[in-house]
Amino acid sequence: MSLRLNTSLAIVSCVFAIGSASAQDVTGAGASFPAPIYAKWADAYNKASGARINYQSVGSGAGIRQIKGKTVDFGASDAPLKDDELAKDGMIQFPMVIGGVVPVVNIKGIAPGQLRMSGQLLGDIYLGKITKWNDAAITALNPGVALPDAAIAPVRRADGSGTSFLFTNYLSKVNAEWKTKVGEGTAVNWPTGAGGKGNEGVSAFVQRLPNSIGYVEYAYAKQNKMSYVMLRNQSGAFVAPDDSAFKAAAAGAEWTKSFYQVLTEQPGKDSWPITGATFVLMHKVQDKPANATNSLKFFEWAYVNGDKMADDLDYVPLPSAVKDLVRKLWADNLKDASGKAIAAK
Amino acid sequence: MAATLPNTSHESEQLMERATPKGGPPARRRVAPWADTVFSWLTHGAAWLTLLLLVGILASLVVGAAPAIQKFGLAFLWTTEWDPVQEKFGGLVMIYGTLMTSFIALLIAVPVSFGIAVFLTEMSPGWLKRPLGIAIELLAAVPSIVYGMWGLLVFGPILARFVQAPLQGAFSGVPVLGALFSGPPVGIGILSAGIILAIMVIPFIAAVMRDVFEVTPPLLKESAYGLGATTWEVVSKVVLPYTKTGVVGGIMLGLGRALGETMAVTFVIGNFNQLSSLSLFEAANSITSALANEFAEAGEGLHQASLIYLGLVLFFITFVVLALSKMLLAQLRKSEGTRT
Repeated sequence: MSLRLNTSLAIVSCVFAIGSASAQDVTGAGASFPAPIYAKWADAYNKASGARINYQSVGSGAGIRQIKGKTVDFGASDAPLKDDELAKDGMIQFPMVIGGVVPVVNIKGIAPGQLRMSGQLLGDIYLGKITKWNDAAITALNPGVALPDAAIAPVRRADGSGTSFLFTNYLSKVNAEWKTKVGEGTAVNWPTGAGGKGNEGVSAFVQRLPNSIGYVEYAYAKQNKMSYVMLRNQSGAFVAPDDSAFKAAAAGAEWTKSFYQVLTEQPGKDSWPITGATFVLMHKVQDKPANATNSLKFFEWAYVNGDKMADDLDYVPLPSAVKDLVRKLWADNLKDASGKAIAAK
Repeated sequence: MAATLPNTSHESEQLMERATPKGGPPARRRVAPWADTVFSWLTHGAAWLTLLLLVGILASLVVGAAPAIQKFGLAFLWTTEWDPVQEKFGGLVMIYGTLMTSFIALLIAVPVSFGIAVFLTEMSPGWLKRPLGIAIELLAAVPSIVYGMWGLLVFGPILARFVQAPLQGAFSGVPVLGALFSGPPVGIGILSAGIILAIMVIPFIAAVMRDVFEVTPPLLKESAYGLGATTWEVVSKVVLPYTKTGVVGGIMLGLGRALGETMAVTFVIGNFNQLSSLSLFEAANSITSALANEFAEAGEGLHQASLIYLGLVLFFITFVVLALSKMLLAQLRKSEGTRT
């Protein structure tokens, strides 16, 4: 075939490709914690329906910035926005999946789940007040466990992240000095501890530094078989982190009151104290109703068909009661510019 | 011997024939007169574009950092507190980390690069020059994040066991230097970051030094050798003064890379926003590492403005370093031709 024919065929096929891609693309940006499950859902949804979901895992802060600037169709954030901030920007937020943050240690002779801690103790370690593993406060909770006379090497996240937000939020709830001295946030003024970059960085530090303690996402701790710690929850029971403990924590939240729920230190004797949901943000008044409809179709599909995939990747799917609340939220709030409601069908 | 003058009239006729042109002169291809002007504009435009970009970047940095400059002013440069929750920011920890790691990197890299360059130009056997040169250039091609991962997983433990532990043991009782080597010998910190930066920077400095050493006129070197100078005397008194502009330029290139290096540093420096001790083994933070870690999640407002302020500070550090190097060169040039 001649060169001219080849080139024109190539150009025509490119135009078709671009044309078909832009027709149903939904773009979202935000938190990196749920990025694996969003990617898996998007892939399966594309196979099921042909629509493409583009999710950019740029971090919660950048995701919030982008949705406020309306450069994406939905934003994703690990830390929920407060209700007044949402109202100011005219947005809604709803949870998609639930995950947990797990403290992990690297002490010779301590098996996974053998060490017990309380929130107060964890906060004191990260404040730098407790510096040795055989401190009286730690041995009091762990009778019979041989703890070495060694300095604790705390490890935390260097980059801003939703994991840090959940962890610091929990510490603020259970340790009064932490709340006044450090506070909560995706990035705080850590009094002590080396900073690793991402879950991988924290995990690498903990695995290499003897007598260290760090915190990682549950999926990470499970897949790398790290030595996790049992935590005392609000009811006083020591729980190990796993799916049922996260579900128990999510069940107690008051989703009907508001979607601003941070699931740390929830009541319930099986609840894991450092649980959190990851949220999606959308504007109430949609300038592009077609994109909004496509986004809702994707989220609805994920709620109905995505639970098994979330389980496989060690996330915890939402309880169905919460999903119904979210559907009601969509029906009541998402409208296009003329006031007509946007349906997910 | 060939005749230079035509001897016979026949030859001279032939020559005369060759000298007279056949037909009219060939039509001269006239390049359009506007082509020159356009070319001139394009080259002017390229130069001005570079200048505009520089000014534009500087302006956007200043605008972005304006909230932080208004709130903290110059005190930002010597405050250590970095608290995103309470919105109090001070950049001393990062500035110290950047300067210290770059200083250690240069301290190690300049002598080593100098040695490599001298070896490659003066002392190496011919068959070794090319492979060694290629090996050094390949070192420069390794991506910096690979250096970071290698530093964290491989180099850190080696450094902890074979360098930090012995150093700590050797200096444990010494009053001033002991404090420099205190702290947990775990392979992360300023020393680790500095050494990895040195490894990254050596190829640049060595390549530039080797290139400028090679263009030293052989006449100068051979004259010195002929007068009985040793290799060291030739290098220090003939080659180095001749190539000082290139050598200083190469060092500045390496320093620029060390100051701006992000990924390799952020893996091994520990990202610790406190300056509790001056030990080289303690975790610290550098400007680029702080920017890489915190910028994506930084909320609009003071946190982001403070990070951009840090970027502006780095910009100025680079500028100051460049100015100092020019002054150094001017000073060296003044002493050219004097008796030593």
